[in-house]
Order: sequence, then C-alpha cells, then structure tokens
Amino acid sequence: MTPYLRPGLAKPVPASDGLDAPFWEGLRTERLLLQRCNGCNGWQWGPELVCHRCHSFDLRYEETPAEGIIYSHQRVWHPVHPALAEQGPYVIVLVELPQADRVRIVGNLIGDPRQPLVIGAHLHGVFEHHPDDDPAHTLLQWVVAG
Amino acid sequence: MSAERTLRGKVAVVGVAETEYYKWGRSPDPEFKLAIEAVLKACAEAGIDPRAIDGFSSYSNDRSEASRLSAALGCKELSFATMQWGGGGGGGSGALANGAAAIATGQAECVVVFRALAQGQFGRFGQGPRSRTVSGPAAHTLPFGLMSAAHMFAMKVNRFMHDHGVEQEVLRAISLASYAHAQHNARAVMQGRPLDEATYDASRWITEPFHLYDCCQENDGAAAMVLVAAERAKDFPHPPCYVLAAVSGSQHRAGASVHNTPEYASSGFTTVAPRLYRMAGLQPSDIDVLQSYENFTGGVLMSIVEHGFCTPEECNDFFTLENLSAPGGKLPLNTSGGNLAECYMHGLGLNIEAVRQIRGQSTCQVPGAEVAMVGSGPMVTPVSSCIFGSEATL
Repeated sequence: MTPYLRPGLAKPVPASDGLDAPFWEGLRTERLLLQRCNGCNGWQWGPELVCHRCHSFDLRYEETPAEGIIYSHQRVWHPVHPALAEQGPYVIVLVELPQADRVRIVGNLIGDPRQPLVIGAHLHGVFEHHPDDDPAHTLLQWVVAG
Repeated sequence: MSAERTLRGKVAVVGVAETEYYKWGRSPDPEFKLAIEAVLKACAEAGIDPRAIDGFSSYSNDRSEASRLSAALGCKELSFATMQWGGGGGGGSGALANGAAAIATGQAECVVVFRALAQGQFGRFGQGPRSRTVSGPAAHTLPFGLMSAAHMFAMKVNRFMHDHGVEQEVLRAISLASYAHAQHNARAVMQGRPLDEATYDASRWITEPFHLYDCCQENDGAAAMVLVAAERAKDFPHPPCYVLAAVSGSQHRAGASVHNTPEYASSGFTTVAPRLYRMAGLQPSDIDVLQSYENFTGGVLMSIVEHGFCTPEECNDFFTLENLSAPGGKLPLNTSGGNLAECYMHGLGLNIEAVRQIRGQSTCQVPGAEVAMVGSGPMVTPVSSCIFGSEATL
C-alpha cells in the first residue's frame, strides 16, 4: 500500500532499553504484539518495565488481533513539519483494542481524510510497510470495518 | 506538632512583575536576562532588596537555573532551589505551592517563583521535531503525524465533547473572553486585535476541534512573584494577597504512555480540585474570579468542569461570553487576556493576574474580588491549582 502520510517524518526505532523492540519486530511480519503480564495475565500498553497491576517484572509480548474501535480522533489541518506542508488534512485515531483489556494504540485512519469520524466505529488494522526506509519499519494503520 | 497540615494563610505574595511580553522570537534579550529583569522588577514592586531572595522555584525545566540566578543577583545565600517535574504549564501553581511550603516550614524566608522563555533563542513549542528517527513513547505517535501539543490534547477534548454533547460555541466563548479582556490590558500582545464570533468561526482549523483562536500564543518574556511569610505581608507597599491553597498532582495513572491514561477525557484535576478546596476551606461558589490556563480552550472547558463550576451537561448554557466576562459575569475568566491574548508565559501571568485582582489592580477588575483561583496547565501531568485571598478571607 502507499503510505498514508508523505515521507520525511522521523522513523520509529526501538527504545534503547529494548522495551518495545518486540512490538516493532512483530509489525514487520504483520503481527500486533503487545505486553502481557505472566503474573496476572493482564494486557498493558504503552509498554513499561513492570506490570502496573501486580508489579511483576515478568512481562511477555503476545499477539492480539488488529481489530479495534475508535476511542477518539482528530482531523489535523495545520502542518507542523515540513514533510507535511503539501499533505492536506489527515486523520489520527486513538484505537481501543477490546480483545486486549481495552488498551489503546495510535494510528491513522486510511481513506478520505474528510470522511465522518465516529467514536465507537469498528476498525481493522492494515500493515503499512516501509522496507526501503533507513531503518526499515512497519506502521499499523486502520480502516473502517465492513 | 500542629494537627492541621495546610498552607492556608501562611504565605503572602508581596511583589509581582513581568518583562515586556513579545511575540515568539522577538525578544531583544537572551532568556536569562529576561528572568533577571522580571525578578528585579518584582523585587522593586515589593520594595525588597533582591539580595534578600533566598529561594527560587520554577517549573517546566526552566533553563534559568537557581544557583546562577542567585549568583548573578548577589544574593546573600541560597536556601531553597526547586524545580517542579512535568512539562507545559502544569507546574505554574505547583511552583507556587513548593515555594510557599518552603516558607511555611521554615526552609526559606523569601522565595521567587518565576518562568522565563525566549523561543528565538531556544526554539518553538508548536513545531514538530526534525530528528531523523524517534524512539520511546513518541515513536508510537509521531510517525502518524501526532507531534505538537495541539495534537496531544485534541483527542481528549473531542472525546469529552462527544460524551457530553458539548458544542463548538463553548470553546468559542472561552476564546472570546480572553480576547475581550486583553483589549483593556496594555501588556497584552493581542491588545488592539479584538476577536468576534464571525472571525472565530471563519478561522482555519489547526486540528479539530481547535480553530486557530483556540490555541495559545507562543511568546518571549519572563514573569516573577515574590513570596514571604504571612506575618510580614503588611510590611510591603501593596495590599496583602495570601495563599489560601496551592496543590498539584494528577489522577490514577495519568502518565500512562501512548494515550492510555484510564480517565482520558479529562484536564487532570479530578483529584487535585477537591484537595484544593479542602485546603482553602472554600467551594466553587466562593470564587470571585478565575484564571484558567488556556493551552487550548478545550482544556479550560474541562478544568472548569473538574473544579466544580458547572456540570458537563450544563456547559452549553454556562459557557457564554456574558458569563465569562468581567466585571459582571457569573465567572469572570482570564481577565488579563490569559495565554491566548495577553501572553503565553507558561501561565505564570495567570497567577500574577489573580494577585492583581485581589489587590484591586486588574485592568478588568472584578469589583470587590476577595478570592481568586488559578488552574495551571490542563491535560498535562502533573497539573496544579491555587487560590489567593485578601486579608478579609483569612
């Protein structure tokens, strides 16, 4: 697929402490991997070095379906980065993942940037690969389901 | 040991001042000189020898470091030097709380609370970072074009407005109030640039639900306040202004990254505001005038709800220009022009304006104002708020 946003924004790299490295590696193979606690089995996102529920340090990365609902949204008009100067409006969604304890993840909503934005709308994930970027990476984007 | 642990009535603000306020990048002076100038002016207003300052309190990683200030001013000694954690203006009233606590507990005698910004020297807030790569929490937002303060907060406000049926006219009323008050204030960068409904409605979107006029300015300048123990408050030229309460904080897991805070559609005051009122021994109906930090108008909306001035369901009726205007509105709001139209000095100008209201010196004075509140830096963590009172409120 063509990337949703024009090229030139900063490219994501794993945190220096490795905290989110499995997440970024999973996206390369089209799998959504998020933190899950081996102590209490709860999901956790954003990633942290300890489980906020039971304080276990024993956290794994586990696959969850890239299916969610719009928790909130914004349609951005003003470019704050030169790479977006000719972009025009674009949509950011905050996606709630009901199958992972309702943790939230940020992405873009693919399609007409002027489409209606409905809190609660069901979405499914689309893997946007950037194999030729340095470093190569994959972003998880979203489209309205159905 | 005293049974009651409180700041109420223990500390007074005896000097307030700001430099000239500039549009961002327009200051002819470096940031540290602006800080020094504001401190000297606040001391002059109080009639205090700047060498008597023995404490500095600031926030948002202010670059004008306390030891350098103390050395540059030739202060006799440094007893207290504290930075409130957190970004944006969330620490405005928190820095005041920290300075007041130092005085109330005998750690310092004369503390200056200050903030200085020269964005020409150090770069702007409202622009996305230009780095080639990004890691950590920002890696989960920036590649999607979520990279400015407006982007960080717009989805909180959209969710709040959706949940409670709040109309765009609510945000417009908050903006109009700041611009209307600024027209009376010679310090205001936006004096001479009034705003009306049609201009607001026609203004471009920054990101929905924020029009251009829902967003604060970016400015250069500095502001400072001088604090001493309440027993000394009457030794100074201006009517005494007492700290009745000052608190900071945020609710459960407000700092959860990648927009995962449980109470998402919030300004962050749901636990702070009850502590504020408890310390002051006051309730919303006791507040004569409110300064509420406008990074974006939507933050003011949620701050006012979370400080108990109206319920979410009452917002469409409560937030009108008439209700928010000095002198006669139900809740005169941002009477200097605030961050939108006076100056974005990370909100410390709001604390100064609250003091001026208690002294009777505002350019949009609320007649007989005895109690003034400030809410600092909504939607960041930690946030903070404070209440000032006249001698009659002690």
